[in-house]
Amino acid sequence: MGMRSMLFLLLVFTVLVTPAKNRAYASDGMSILKAQCASCHDMQGPAPATLAALWQRKGPDLFYAGNKYRQAWVERWLQSPKRIRPSGMFYRDHIRPGEKRDVVDVATLNEHIRLNADDAKSVAVALATMKANSSLVSAEKHDPNLSPGPLGEMLFDKIYGCMACHQIEPGFGGLSGPEVYTAGKRLKPEFMLSYIRSPQAWDPKIWMPNKHVPDMNMQKIVNYIMDLSKEDWDAGK
Amino acid sequence: MPANRFYTSLFATLLICLSSPAEARESARDNYNTYCIQCHGMQGNGMGLNIRDMSVQPRDHTDAKSMGGRSDAELFKVIKEGGFAINKSILMPPWGATFSDNEINDLVQYLRSLCKCKHGG
Repeated sequence: MGMRSMLFLLLVFTVLVTPAKNRAYASDGMSILKAQCASCHDMQGPAPATLAALWQRKGPDLFYAGNKYRQAWVERWLQSPKRIRPSGMFYRDHIRPGEKRDVVDVATLNEHIRLNADDAKSVAVALATMKANSSLVSAEKHDPNLSPGPLGEMLFDKIYGCMACHQIEPGFGGLSGPEVYTAGKRLKPEFMLSYIRSPQAWDPKIWMPNKHVPDMNMQKIVNYIMDLSKEDWDAGK
Repeated sequence: MPANRFYTSLFATLLICLSSPAEARESARDNYNTYCIQCHGMQGNGMGLNIRDMSVQPRDHTDAKSMGGRSDAELFKVIKEGGFAINKSILMPPWGATFSDNEINDLVQYLRSLCKCKHGG
């Protein structure tokens, strides 16, 4: 058999086998999600519409995970999970009054389960298929060229005050929202744009306000967040 | 015509219901303890979880003197439109997409109970 026909056969094989393999991963992933994840994560939706429901939530909603997370990040993170929300899922459950200010009560925080490489891949494939709110992300177009340059931090901190609740590097920034210095690796840019445009469209009762950021500045903030993620924050630890 | 008037008022009622961002009217205490305490603190004294790296510190809601310097209308405006709307820090965000006007009015009254104060004294 010549080189060319071997390559052709390989191509045919790949085209035929890959979707089937992906389906197998997805179905394994769904079983794992149902068995191990559903007690803390909502995989059906809708998001909490009352405070009582909001307070019950134990982990991020996953019914739009495919529109929110980068699949490669999910696969990596599940094998070596590291806290993203410094004060847990609902910050109020994990703080207490301190001497100078309220502080995180670290003893109340739970660790996330860790998966082996195969299971992590299956779950990542399954989560990528969960795509509620697709119209919200398809309405956004990310422009990677609108770089804020050195003004990114000024936008994030001084002009829109996002840093009040979000950390822009380990140990610097607010604690009631998820850290943003890893968000560029974790989240799809269209999701970030859409979420900044209207947090309530995704999660009606979330404690992040709509700051009415104009389109151009939303792009710059997202590109600033992507820039933050280029640094290896775990290096030297 | 009575039928016309009926439909007009039905339409008006629907419009009022739909224009409110939140479906249910939550209590001011629950709203305060979900949204406001992240900066203003569990005890309402301005010592919230987030304040360490903030360039302007949040208002102490238990301070009768400073809270007494604000009218109810100003408090309503700053909650709905943010600090910038009353020439204060942008770190106080606008909560108009989170709370209905009724909920904001309830929050203004709740603030008065925290500071045990009224405008002007």
